[in-house]
Amino acid sequence: MVKKIMTGNVAAAWGARLSRAEVIAAYPITPQTSIVEKLAQFVSNGDLKAEYIHVESEHSAMAACIAASQTGARAFTATSSQGLVLMHELLHWASGARAPIVMVNVNRALAPPWNVWVEHTDMMSQRDTGWIQFYAESNQEVLDTLIMSYKLCEDKEIQLPAMIGLDAFYLSHTSEIVDIPDQDQVDRFLPDYESAYPLDTENPLSIGSLSMPNQWYSEFRYKIYEAMERVLPKLNQIEEDFYKEFGRKYTGPLELYNTEDAEIILIISGAASGTIKETVDTFRKKGIKVGLIRLRIFRPFPSEALGKALSNASFVGVIDRSFSFGHEGAIFTELKASLYGRKSVPMIKNFIVGIGGRDITTDTITEIYENCFNCLNNKKVDVSVEWIDIKV
Amino acid sequence: MIEIRFHGRGGQGAVVASNILADAAFREGKYVQAFPYFGVERRGAPVTSFARIDKNPIKIKSQVYHPNFIIVLDPTLMNIADITSGLNKNGIVLINSDKDPNYYNLSFKTATIDATSIAIENKLGSKMAPIVNTSMLGAFAKISGEVTLESIILAINESVPLKKEENVKAAKEAYEKAMIL
Repeated sequence: MVKKIMTGNVAAAWGARLSRAEVIAAYPITPQTSIVEKLAQFVSNGDLKAEYIHVESEHSAMAACIAASQTGARAFTATSSQGLVLMHELLHWASGARAPIVMVNVNRALAPPWNVWVEHTDMMSQRDTGWIQFYAESNQEVLDTLIMSYKLCEDKEIQLPAMIGLDAFYLSHTSEIVDIPDQDQVDRFLPDYESAYPLDTENPLSIGSLSMPNQWYSEFRYKIYEAMERVLPKLNQIEEDFYKEFGRKYTGPLELYNTEDAEIILIISGAASGTIKETVDTFRKKGIKVGLIRLRIFRPFPSEALGKALSNASFVGVIDRSFSFGHEGAIFTELKASLYGRKSVPMIKNFIVGIGGRDITTDTITEIYENCFNCLNNKKVDVSVEWIDIKV
Repeated sequence: MIEIRFHGRGGQGAVVASNILADAAFREGKYVQAFPYFGVERRGAPVTSFARIDKNPIKIKSQVYHPNFIIVLDPTLMNIADITSGLNKNGIVLINSDKDPNYYNLSFKTATIDATSIAIENKLGSKMAPIVNTSMLGAFAKISGEVTLESIILAINESVPLKKEENVKAAKEAYEKAMIL
């Protein structure tokens, strides 16, 4: 174990290296990041024994990962914004083929206009692809989640792909202290991948052929549904094993910060949670009871855990760093739906903030908490969705 | 918490400078964070980068608005941007300049170092586009007292891919020559 200063991109490359990714396929042009550059360096130096495939697009990168994964190899790729949405078709294929690929996506806004800064719309718009979705707060969490994701995804009861989102610039280009685990420890925690049904010329089999409505298509989809239901309990167990091996604790789909007695709770995913914690500390020093829930996993959506964590809150402000035009922020929609039918539900409001990387400051967050207090005192949510810090 | 803002142009090494500074402070047992703000990765375009140094873990993830120190890698930026915006009233501005600090007549404590000449003498970058970041950090160690020259040198050796000796020499020279008002 050694502590070093590194960016989120380098931490992601270390995560793939320590996980001993065997096939890395990547397209190197913007919005691609230095993740694949660092991995290319690891491979060319001989630090990582992997097949590094330069492909002609992100669509092809995912196709290569799927094929590699189906031969029984541990596959990795990294992408960002336009690259991720170009992969869309094959994301469905990867989960349908039960390929346990792990991918890192640097969360960036989609063009036009061009903007390489953080936003979550790229990943939120992959909601229904059957991928597990993580959002990280720190570079350490990027590295650790990558290692845990392979263990989770390759589990015989899961067999699904996962994508790990890290906020552009606030993680991808930010240098922080990261504890790099020893390879021996990672090897103990994460054994080699063994596919139950590898493509093998000695024992040929066919994957992805036609299935008629009266045959097995519905059942294939039902099995994915069942596997997704098993993800959160399985993750819980993996995080406990991780804690025993590495001494770092992760708390499942949610990180709760001062929520127990909080009147007002904000919910967010991604790195801006750090700025919210700072703001919560300031409010708490004045005796004002506010808290934060950081959503670490968006798929599967942790409805139960959220319902429980919000059971004592009077007011919930949901911060979305993405937007579904014609409706509202994605986390807001999901949260409201999952609260339906609960006995006592808090008042709830959606804040759209930090779009296209606009900086979320402690002032922004203070304004949002105050906005929530005003609604709570008036016993009325003024508007269901409010865009914050907008110049028009 | 100490917050530092760097102003430079693409190619001068402002982003690497913030990383080296963070690494140096980390070697002294501090918690650190460093990150850039840029649009296009283009030589000559204005670049801002930030560093934070604290004795406690750093939670905040927003840009720096009220720095304690401002480091200007290119003096021509003094005329086109509000460089001292938000600077703490006891803060210090360190400018890459062959002028005396008085020349700038700022309402803040000002320091200068002729990092361009030092970089050129040490063959860092080209004459037209010298890489001044390591010289600026040597001067920063002197005028700020926030990090030692020894830690800056260790961090340079870790981060700089080429001309390690020349970069170290430049940092040492700048440490000796920095002028503060």
